[in-house]
Amino acid sequence: MRIELDINGELRAVEVEPRTTLLDCLRDQMQLTGAHAGCEHGVCGACTVLFDGAAVRSCLMFAVQAQGSAVRTIEGVTPGPGEMSMIQDAFCETHGMQCGYCTPAMVLVAHALLADNPEPTREEIIDAISGNICRCTGYAQIVEAIALAAERMRGVNRPVNLK
Amino acid sequence: MSSPGHFRFVATERRVREDRRFVAGKGRFVADIALPNTKHVALVTCPHANARIVGIDKSRALKMPGVHYILDGHELAAATLPLMTGLDTPNVPRRPLAVDIARYSGEWVAAVVADTRALAEDAAEEVEIEYEALPFVLDAEKAIEPGAVLVHEAHGSNVLLDKTFVWGDVDKDFAVSPRKLSLRVKWGRSSTVPIETFGVVASWDPWRDMLDIYASIQMPRYSDQIGIALKLPVTSVRVHHDVDVGGSYGVKRGIKHTVLAGYLSRRLGFPVRLIEDRLENMRGGDAHGPERLFDVEVAYDNAGIVRSMKMRALENVGAYAGRSPFQLGKPIGAIVGPYKINSVQYRAIAVVTNKTTQDAVRGFGQAPTNLALERVMDEVANVLGLDPIEIRRRNMIKHDEFPYLIPSGTTYDSGNYETVIEKVLAAGSYAELKAERDALRGAGKLAGIGVSACLEPSGGNATFEALLNPAITTSTFMDSCRISVDGMGSITATMHTTSSGQGHETLVGTVIGEVLQVDPDIIRITRPDSLNSLPSGTPVGSRMAIMLGGAAFHAANKLKAKLIAIAAHDLGIPPERAVYEQGNVHDRDAPTFKRSWADLVQIAFRNYHRMPDGMEPGLSVAHVYQVPTGGTLPTADGRVHMYPCFSFEFHLILMSIDPVLGRPEIVRYRLGHDCGTQINPKIVRGMTIGGIAHGIGAALYEEFAYNDEGQLIAQTFMDYLLPSSHEVPAVDIFDHETPSPHTVLGQKGTGESGYLGAPAAIANAINDALRPLGISANTLPIKVSTLGDMIAAAKEKK
Repeated sequence: MRIELDINGELRAVEVEPRTTLLDCLRDQMQLTGAHAGCEHGVCGACTVLFDGAAVRSCLMFAVQAQGSAVRTIEGVTPGPGEMSMIQDAFCETHGMQCGYCTPAMVLVAHALLADNPEPTREEIIDAISGNICRCTGYAQIVEAIALAAERMRGVNRPVNLK
Repeated sequence: MSSPGHFRFVATERRVREDRRFVAGKGRFVADIALPNTKHVALVTCPHANARIVGIDKSRALKMPGVHYILDGHELAAATLPLMTGLDTPNVPRRPLAVDIARYSGEWVAAVVADTRALAEDAAEEVEIEYEALPFVLDAEKAIEPGAVLVHEAHGSNVLLDKTFVWGDVDKDFAVSPRKLSLRVKWGRSSTVPIETFGVVASWDPWRDMLDIYASIQMPRYSDQIGIALKLPVTSVRVHHDVDVGGSYGVKRGIKHTVLAGYLSRRLGFPVRLIEDRLENMRGGDAHGPERLFDVEVAYDNAGIVRSMKMRALENVGAYAGRSPFQLGKPIGAIVGPYKINSVQYRAIAVVTNKTTQDAVRGFGQAPTNLALERVMDEVANVLGLDPIEIRRRNMIKHDEFPYLIPSGTTYDSGNYETVIEKVLAAGSYAELKAERDALRGAGKLAGIGVSACLEPSGGNATFEALLNPAITTSTFMDSCRISVDGMGSITATMHTTSSGQGHETLVGTVIGEVLQVDPDIIRITRPDSLNSLPSGTPVGSRMAIMLGGAAFHAANKLKAKLIAIAAHDLGIPPERAVYEQGNVHDRDAPTFKRSWADLVQIAFRNYHRMPDGMEPGLSVAHVYQVPTGGTLPTADGRVHMYPCFSFEFHLILMSIDPVLGRPEIVRYRLGHDCGTQINPKIVRGMTIGGIAHGIGAALYEEFAYNDEGQLIAQTFMDYLLPSSHEVPAVDIFDHETPSPHTVLGQKGTGESGYLGAPAAIANAINDALRPLGISANTLPIKVSTLGDMIAAAKEKK
C-alpha cells in the first residue's frame, strides 16, 4: 500500500505492506534508525516517536495508520548536523544515558513533556518517562537531564540582568 | 600510583564523549548495519521442555516466496565444532541448533533464511517438526537425586561440577565456637536483559577468505571462538569493534548466534543477519543468569564474631554450559566479603536441567554470594539482639589491616570500610531512620531497615578458571592501547573491543590527556577491527578502568618518554634535565630553552638527522598491560590470588510494605561507595545507580519463571518485569576514595557496583519488616504476590 505522511516536516510517500509496523517502516524504508526495537510489544518504549505531537510506540502501530499524520523522530528534533537541541545537550551534561539504546526515545519523551509543561516537578518527569525502560542508568541522571533542560529552556529569552 | 587530588582531567565533572552521538540517535547499533543483499534469519524453536526430534519437514516452508534456505542441527553440526566451554565436559556438547534432542523449551532447532525478517518468520511457522516429548527435570535439587532424568545421557549425570574447598581449619573453628546458625537462601533465575536484544551480521567474502562480523557483543576471545567453531583460521575472522552495543552487563555472549550466521553466510554466499526478537531472546538467547541455592552455616561467638563459614552453592546452569559454571568460581576471590572470617568450607555444584542456558551476568556470580553472606550476618545479629550495622563493624577488616589476605588466597588491596559507613550514618542519622521506620509501623505499615556491606572485586584476574578446571593454565589477563601522533601533531589512540555503555572512549581520552597534559577532547579514539587489534580481555570483570585505563596510562608515558628523549637530544641536555609540560619540553635550568610539540613532531617525522641514535622515527607507541598482582596459578590446596582491587559499598535502606497487598516500597536509599579514584564521576554515578536499579529488579520483580510443564512463562516484558522510573527511588550516594595501591591512578572497578549489594539490602529490609510477624523471606525475587500471601498466612496464624 502507498501511504503519505509528514516525516520530520517533509511530505513523503512510501510503499508498505499492510502488516508493516511504523517502526519497521521508519527504520527499513526511510533509513530513520534512531527509533530502536526493544521488546516489540509496547512495554520498553525504545521505539517511541512523536505522532501528531504525542509520544507513541511505533512498534504498536502499523505504518498505514500513519497515513496523513505528522511523525517526528529523533532525527527531526535534532536541529542540524552535529548540532544538539537544548534537551539533547542537557542529556549530555548530566550523562543521562549509558549505552544509548533507549536514549532517542527518552529525548523525544522529554520533548513531548516540556512542550506541554515547561516547569515539570520531579514526579511529573518520573511519570513522563515511566513508560520507557532504561536498563543502564537507574533513571536518576535522565530525570536530572530533563529538569536541567526545563530550567534552561525557561531561561531562554529571559532578560539578562546586566548588573 | 600517583596520589589523587591533583588531577587536571581525571576525577573532574567532564562530559562523556560518546553521549553526543546517542542523543541524536546516531549510535551505530548492529541493527543499523545494512550491508547490500543481506538476508534475514528467523528461528524455529522447540515447544517442549525436552524432546527427541523425530523429523523435520522443510518442504512447505522452502516453497514460500523469498525463502532461501532452512538449516537444521545435523547439517550445522557436521560442518562445525561444538562451542567452547569452560569445564571439560565433552559429553555435554553445546551447539547453535539442537541435534536429535532439544533440551529446553525455546531451544533453536532450525534456522530459516529469507529476504526479510517477516518472510523468515512466516516460513518458520511452516517448518514442520515432529517431536517425541521426553521426561524432563527443571529443579537443581531434583536433578542431583539418584535416578533423575539425565539432560545429557552420555555425560552419565547432571552434575557438571562438584568441588569442595576447605580454606583454614574449619572443623576446629566450628568446634571452638559457642554458636552456630544455618540458613537457606535462594537467588532466583533472572538476568540483565538489555533493551537491545543480541544481534549479528555475518558476511563471508570467498575472494578474500574473510568473514566480517558485526555484532552486539561483549565477550572475551570472541573471534577465537568463531574461528575454532567454523574451522577457520582466526585471520579469516574480522570482528568490527566499532559497533555500539545496546546494553549487555555481561550477557551479550552471542557465540551460538554468530557461528550460525557465519556458517549460513559461507554456505549461501550473501550477508546474513540474525537479530533476536524479544521472544527468541528470552527463551533461546542463552542469556539467563544464575539460579543458585545456598546452604550456609556459620560458627560465631557471643559477641557476634563470625569465625568460620560453610557454604554450599547449587547452581542451575540450564541445559548446556559455556562459561556459566565459572560463576561459582569468581566469588571465591571475595568469599568472606569485607569480614575477617577465619576459615571457610565452600562446595560449588553446577548442574544441568531442562531450562534455558545460562551465561555471564554482571558480577559473574558475586551478587548471589553476597546475598547469602549478608543474609547470614543479619540473622546472626538478630539471634544475638545486635544491631545489623554493629555486627558488621565488629567483623570487618579495619583500614590499618590492609593488604589483607583472605583464607581462599586472595589479598584485598585497600579499603576503609569504617569511614564509608561513618559517612553514610553522619548524613542522616541512623536514629532518624529508625524513627521513620517506627513511624511507618505506627501507621499500620510493615517497615524495615536493610543493610548490606560488600565488595566489588575488580580488574578481572580470572584464575578461578584454573581453580575449577585444572586443564586451564591461563594466568595472563591483559588489555592494550596504542597511541600514534600523526605528522601534523594530532593524537589518535586505540581501544580493542566493543563497549556497551561504559564510556571507554572517554576513559582512554581522559587518561591519556592526563598523562600528556593535553585536552582529552582533542584526542581521537578509534576501535580497530579484531585483525588490527592488540589483545583485549573485553569489558568483563569490572576491569576496564583498571586495565584499559592502565594500558592507556603506560602507553602515554612511553610517548612522553620518547618526546623527552627527542627534546633532550635536540637541546643537547641530559634527559633528566628535560621537563615535559603540556606537550612542550624545556630545560629545567633554563625554562625558555625548549622544544614545542610542533618542533618535536617535526623532528620525529621529518628530521631524522636530529633524532637520538637508533630511535624509531615517528611517534607511535603501544602498551599491553597485564593485570596488576596477576600471574600466579592456584596452589595444590586450592588457594589462588584473583582480582587486584576491591571496591566497597555499604547500602542502608528503609522499606515499607503494604500489609494487605504486600506491595513493597523503598522509602530511603543511602549508599556509601568507595571505588578509589573516579576517573569520570558522571560515569561512576550512573553505573552505581543503574546497578542498584538492576538489583531492585533481581530482588523484587524479575524472574524467568517456569511452569510445571517446563515452559518459560515469563517470556515478555509483560511477565518479566523490569524496574521503571517508578520502582527506582532517589539514591543518596556518599563517596569515599581509598586509592588502590596497584593501579595507575588509584582507580578500582565500578561497573558492577550497586547490583552486588542492593538485593541483599532489600532482602534484609524485608526481613526486618516481616520479623514482627515471625516470618522470613529468603528466596529472590520476593514478589508482591509472595509477600501478600506470606503476610496473610502469618496473620491468620496469629
